[in-house]
Amino acid sequence: MSSVVVVGAGPAGLAAAAAAARAGRDVLLIDAESRRGGQYHRQDLLDTTERFPLPPGVEHLAETVVWAVEPGRRLHLLTGPADGPGRRRRTVDAAALVIAPGAHDRVLPFPGWTLPGVYTAGAAQAMAKGQRVAVGRRVLVAGTGPFLLPVARAVLGAGAEVAAVLEANRPRWHTEPRGLAAGLAKAPELLGYLRTLAKHRVPYRTRTAVIAAHGADRLESVTTARLDERWRVRPGTERELEVDALCVGHGFTPRLELAVAAGCALSGGFVSVDPAQRTSVPGVYAAGEVTGIGGADLAAAEGAVAGLAAAGAPVPPRLLRRVRSLRRFAAALDRVHPVGDGWREWLTDDTLICRCEEVPYRALRAAAPGARALRLTSRAGLGLCQGRTCGAAVADLCGLPGDAFARRPIAAPVRLGELIDEENE
Amino acid sequence: MVDVTVVGAGVIGAACAEALSAAGLRVLVVDRADPACGTTAAGEGNVLLSDKPPGPELELARVSRALWPELLAHLGASAEWEPKGGIVVATTDAGAAALAATASGQRESGVDAVALTPDQVADMEPLLTKHITAAMHYPEDAQLQPVLATVALLTAVRQRGGEVRSGEAAVGVVTKGGAVAGVRTERETVPCRIVVNACGPWSAAFARAAGAPIDVLPRRGMILVTAPLPQSVRHKVYDADYVGAVASGDADLQTSTVVESTQAGTVLIGSSRQRVGFDDTIRVDVVTELARKAVALFPFLADVPVMRAYGGFRPYSPDHLPVIGEDPRLPGLWHATGHEGAGIGLAPATGRLLADLVLSRPPSVDPRPFRVDRPAVIAA
Ligand SMILES: Cc1cc2nc3c(=O)[nH]c(=O)nc-3n(C[C@H](O)[C@H](O)[C@H](O)COP(=O)(O)OP(=O)(O)OC[C@H]3O[C@@H](n4cnc5c(N)ncnc54)[C@H](O)[C@@H]3O)c2cc1C
Ligand SMILES: Cc1cc2nc3c(=O)[nH]c(=O)nc-3n(C[C@H](O)[C@H](O)[C@H](O)COP(=O)(O)OP(=O)(O)OC[C@H]3O[C@@H](n4cnc5c(N)ncnc54)[C@H](O)[C@@H]3O)c2cc1C
Repeated sequence: MSSVVVVGAGPAGLAAAAAAARAGRDVLLIDAESRRGGQYHRQDLLDTTERFPLPPGVEHLAETVVWAVEPGRRLHLLTGPADGPGRRRRTVDAAALVIAPGAHDRVLPFPGWTLPGVYTAGAAQAMAKGQRVAVGRRVLVAGTGPFLLPVARAVLGAGAEVAAVLEANRPRWHTEPRGLAAGLAKAPELLGYLRTLAKHRVPYRTRTAVIAAHGADRLESVTTARLDERWRVRPGTERELEVDALCVGHGFTPRLELAVAAGCALSGGFVSVDPAQRTSVPGVYAAGEVTGIGGADLAAAEGAVAGLAAAGAPVPPRLLRRVRSLRRFAAALDRVHPVGDGWREWLTDDTLICRCEEVPYRALRAAAPGARALRLTSRAGLGLCQGRTCGAAVADLCGLPGDAFARRPIAAPVRLGELIDEENE
Repeated sequence: MVDVTVVGAGVIGAACAEALSAAGLRVLVVDRADPACGTTAAGEGNVLLSDKPPGPELELARVSRALWPELLAHLGASAEWEPKGGIVVATTDAGAAALAATASGQRESGVDAVALTPDQVADMEPLLTKHITAAMHYPEDAQLQPVLATVALLTAVRQRGGEVRSGEAAVGVVTKGGAVAGVRTERETVPCRIVVNACGPWSAAFARAAGAPIDVLPRRGMILVTAPLPQSVRHKVYDADYVGAVASGDADLQTSTVVESTQAGTVLIGSSRQRVGFDDTIRVDVVTELARKAVALFPFLADVPVMRAYGGFRPYSPDHLPVIGEDPRLPGLWHATGHEGAGIGLAPATGRLLADLVLSRPPSVDPRPFRVDRPAVIAA
């Protein structure tokens, strides 16, 4: 029986592991990636200096994926490169479990979004940060949310030209004075991004979106348009723009499968937690983007709370106040970057919604209602990504709850041969 | 005015509603969720004769196997019907003997079961293990897409003037003079003389709410789905202990492998049988056992990733026979449930038999084995 087990070595998981270890517990920190840091603090694979040294008392299992969680906090792990042979299987029983697997970036479908050359903002950032590779020579960044800015900067940093940053909303910050105040500490970071954009003469346009991407077998150009408040295209504002790469991001969807498998209750599409980051399942805690989208600072603060609580140590009120304040800011950010429902009007009958199974919008509309029947009759969400990419869009388009695709008892692909191998612990 | 209310829009409720509406009755179907989103969406869609030993269930299955293609043609639906045939293989000497004995009994009941030589099997399933002791081909085994089939049945009900309501649970019945006079839903009371309990694994709960408890229990089943593959398995391939698992009432985990390719290129590996109530959490020992048996049949699967596991709760009665008929304790309450792992296959014959009995037509199969007042079904 391991003491405190933390899944995810992003800001939330790292903070949880450090806090639990400081409270005197043995900690096992598990992450699918080869290096610590998670999504945002992804470390340069070519640079061997370690930005996140391991706190004493923490054992880190790198390149280890949790592919199943059974009741009673039993985790099933596979260690080794995901595409290589001979991954090692093992089972860990956690006395206390902190779930911090983060989120995927969300992309709304639009005509042409599956063309090579169209990237999720996260993938573009990962390539720039992890491998110092730019996704193209002339790159457009589009979508909504503050995360478009660091993505643009990372792309610039990798040596590409950024044609523009298009933000579909026009953030109405004056309606959120309290939230804004809570986020004041972020102002220098924001100014830094804007300064970088200005220095490279990158235009930043609000209420503007990419509504279609074009190209024979890879991206050659896009159609941009001005939007109204609900993201409907303002007629006559369509423009063609030549770019060889497009990075799109429309917020995030939490990675819920581990929490769902552990039996944790959800609310509003995220894992429900109390102020000590306790989920509805005894001994199971959650922190970071799975409990709500709020950025790296909030993730780290929640992680520290979860780590202490999981270790059975008292949580200082100061830390709880910090989480509350950051959450206020996150909620305000979320409210000023809503996803307008006008994006449905960008779709054509042929627009693919589920790219793995190549399900066009037409087929989705013809499918039987109800999550299970819909999936089986349209095949949306049944492909390799298991709805991780398309689930939120399908749910939106079909009036299903946002977490309709969250149940994935097999949390990561596992080869039949690996299942059979005798456990070699 | 509604003549019959069918509670439950799974494949069984849909087939009953279709048969009753074809006979001219006004039918209302209510489901607390959406149609075909219960057990019906959890199955593989096998329409099998091979897995049934001689007896009443095989008789029902033979009628049903003949009815499915007729019914789909009549409704103008394909529902991905595919009579691809099944191959049962034994990997031990004992298994070979059991398979031969079962097949000879099945042949006497009119089932087409052809013993294959090792060369023939290798020809029909090149990727199958060479370590087999016997193989039997069942050309009549078929499959369909259960959700599409259910939707087609319900579409016909609507076209004949029937109504299908989603998101409305039935909570009981109203009686008059000791017989059914209507069904109570969350929203209203619908007057009708006949209520059909087709609630699948939840049939016992509805029967209790109606005041006539029956014994129908859930038996959990899980299926693994691989990533899409270039290679394929051409038939449905089972190992011979399938027959044993189906007939057993043991609570412990049982798995019997069924491996087949789907049109999407994935391979389905089914399935387990376990009595764990309505607990739907993943059990890795079950996953492992399914994997072990699948790889034993098809060694190439060892390198293939599983991307999904899903499943549901087979509705079973303690004597493992469906329950089809009127409840002697409450005239007007009918049950059509307890089809366990064969409800997709048995649906059309069940609908037909229920309609025969409701309308006092000569029944298409002997109804007595399926009657409600069996000791196994009506608790003393
Ligand atoms: C493009 C992009 C730009 C962003 N820019 C910013 C920014 O500028 N500022 C900001 O504050 N935030 C930014 N974010 C958000 C950032 O991701 C989060 O704020 C932060 O990383 C969340 O931390 P976390 O610990 O919750 O999750 P993550 O950092 O995502 O870490 C989760 C970890 O869990 C691991 N994991 C998940 N599932 C499993 C499993 N089954 N088995 C094993 N390991 C698993 C993953 O490998 C990952 O390392 C950005 C995100 C993206 C995608
Ligand atoms: C893993 C697995 C594999 C299987 N494979 C096969 C196979 O290959 N071939 C085969 O023939 N069979 C197979 N089966 C069995 C088959 O799926 C079932 O026998 C069949 O689906 C049962 O259908 P049903 O209509 O009785 O139940 P269900 O499909 O469960 O329908 C019952 C309906 O009743 C509704 N309901 C319940 N209570 C109420 C209420 N109070 N009010 C209103 N509505 C209510 C539910 O919402 C549900 O929609 C498999 C089953 C499993 C679990």
